[in-house]
Amino acid sequence: MILQFIFDVLSLGSLYALFALGLVLIFGILKLVNFAYGELVLVFGYSMFLLGDTPVPWFFMTLIAILMSVLISISTDYIAFRPVREKSITAVLITSFAFATILQNAALLLISPRPKNVPMPSFFSDSIQFLGIITPVRNIISIIVTFICLFIFYQFMKRSYIGLAMRAAATNFNMTRMLGIPANLVITSAFAISGLLAGIGATLWMSKLANVFPGIGLEPLLIAFIATVIGGMRSVQGAVFGGFILAFIDIGFNYLLPQDILKFRDAFTFTFVILILLIRPQGLIGGPATGIRT
Amino acid sequence: MIKLINNDNFYSITFFLVLFLIIYLVNSFVGSTIFERIVTILFVYIILAVGLQIFMGNSGILFFAYIGFMSIGAYSSGLLSMPVKMKGFVLPDLYPFLQTISIDPIIAIIIGGLFTAIIAAILTLPLMRLKDAAAVITSFALLMVIHSIIVGWSAVTNGPRTFFGIPKVTTLELAMIFSFVAIIIGFIFKNSHLGLLLRATRDNDIAADSIGANTVYLRWVAVIISAFLAGIAGGLWGHFIISFSPKSFYLKETFLIISMIVIGGSYTVTGSIFGAILVYVGHEGLRWVEKVMKFSDYITFELVGLTEVVLAIIMIIFLITKPKGLFAFREIGDTIKKKIIKISRT
Repeated sequence: MILQFIFDVLSLGSLYALFALGLVLIFGILKLVNFAYGELVLVFGYSMFLLGDTPVPWFFMTLIAILMSVLISISTDYIAFRPVREKSITAVLITSFAFATILQNAALLLISPRPKNVPMPSFFSDSIQFLGIITPVRNIISIIVTFICLFIFYQFMKRSYIGLAMRAAATNFNMTRMLGIPANLVITSAFAISGLLAGIGATLWMSKLANVFPGIGLEPLLIAFIATVIGGMRSVQGAVFGGFILAFIDIGFNYLLPQDILKFRDAFTFTFVILILLIRPQGLIGGPATGIRT
Repeated sequence: MIKLINNDNFYSITFFLVLFLIIYLVNSFVGSTIFERIVTILFVYIILAVGLQIFMGNSGILFFAYIGFMSIGAYSSGLLSMPVKMKGFVLPDLYPFLQTISIDPIIAIIIGGLFTAIIAAILTLPLMRLKDAAAVITSFALLMVIHSIIVGWSAVTNGPRTFFGIPKVTTLELAMIFSFVAIIIGFIFKNSHLGLLLRATRDNDIAADSIGANTVYLRWVAVIISAFLAGIAGGLWGHFIISFSPKSFYLKETFLIISMIVIGGSYTVTGSIFGAILVYVGHEGLRWVEKVMKFSDYITFELVGLTEVVLAIIMIIFLITKPKGLFAFREIGDTIKKKIIKISRT
């Protein structure tokens, strides 16, 4: 029972952490929430759906779909962020919201309001048993994939030039620019990595849902959003930690709460979000002291 | 009388009074029910836009929870005015003390507005000290909390299912009168002592603090007035549409109302009113295009979502080219006043 619980938290939390990581990357540098972030899952899902009828092998299909979400993520920067970045916070928030609306309704308009199937290999949902835990294969895959991603991400941030530049930009953007780091390069690469993480997260997300519909982006966005706020909006570690905490809360509620209170789960989680912002705005795990938009 | 004419608000309010009367006359001239329906909802949207402008325009904080307050107004006034017979049918699990109440719908709408204001006063007081991203995120979270409670609280709201059985009382005249009152409130607040100080905190909070502006208190007052108008608008809307579900008060509607303010210009009351008119008329026009194309022979597939796509594109273009909206700083009354002075001089 306890092992099962821990395993559930780990597998769901790893997925949440991946989503949160992509969101916090943008937030760290620009101090802005990318409301179009969830739509990357939508882009991934519909790319898979459109490729589903072609003879392309599943693995390449996934690669193309992830590439698509990277491209859309970069175009979020070009369409929604860059033209209004200097003007005001409100403007950027609204443009990213508008961009999300465009993507959602484009799917509605061009494809269909009804859910569409996404091809997934069948072994994903085979269940296996070990140590008294029963679980589908996809949960194990999602833990492994996440830890590989986190490791690569960590090394990238630590060792590469762009990683260093992004960390510097997250601490003090103006100072970074003064030292000769091109702002647009840092921001665009942050969007690219954010898209990559969202794409990988979407693969794992889709393996559970196996279909895609125009409103699919909302839940991943909210997950990433809550996890980021809980863990700390200023640090990458905080976001990952927040993902696991959120999974712990979610699954804990599922185990403990009776059905008629479970309906209010969202209300509880979001109240928690508000309380965190009020009492500990830096999140449970802090980060660099500057939370100000530079 | 001279004091009244020199008042900053006089020209703007008169302008909108005339505009409303023209709309009213045009409507009775056209005499079509569809047109009347559109104009009535337009007046409700004007109340919503002006209400949002009071907080968002003067404080400069993006406020997502606004539609949530509209839903509180719609549900609470609907609960109060619903006939007792209907209650047993629509909401069988309703608490006994609410089961027997049924009051005059117009009073119910006003009580709904006051109730919304009280709820807003309690919920938002701790949030008012936050700014920037934290303020936006909390207001977004607040919208989610309100939405989730309305979906979950089946005994009172009929859960995610349709809430119906409300008497239809909102007429064009009623919506117009409320809308006119909302505009007066908007202008009076903007040019009041409180409004001026709040705008000072918007432009530079540290400087405003140093001259003694109490940011939290100022924002709190504005958000309560905003929520009151949102509640009234919700009540009017509910008593016009008659049946609705929690889905009617969610992200799509939030986006619509925010786009009204942004396109019109959030810093001015004039901007929010014209934004409401333009966006709503555009919205209905696009809906009409969707419908016409659906029944035409040229296109075989459905065109759902076209409206939102076009609206979103227009909004992005607006934010890039005209970030402060159509009416950036000057109210329409100021322009008229200047013209009048110019003419009287020559």
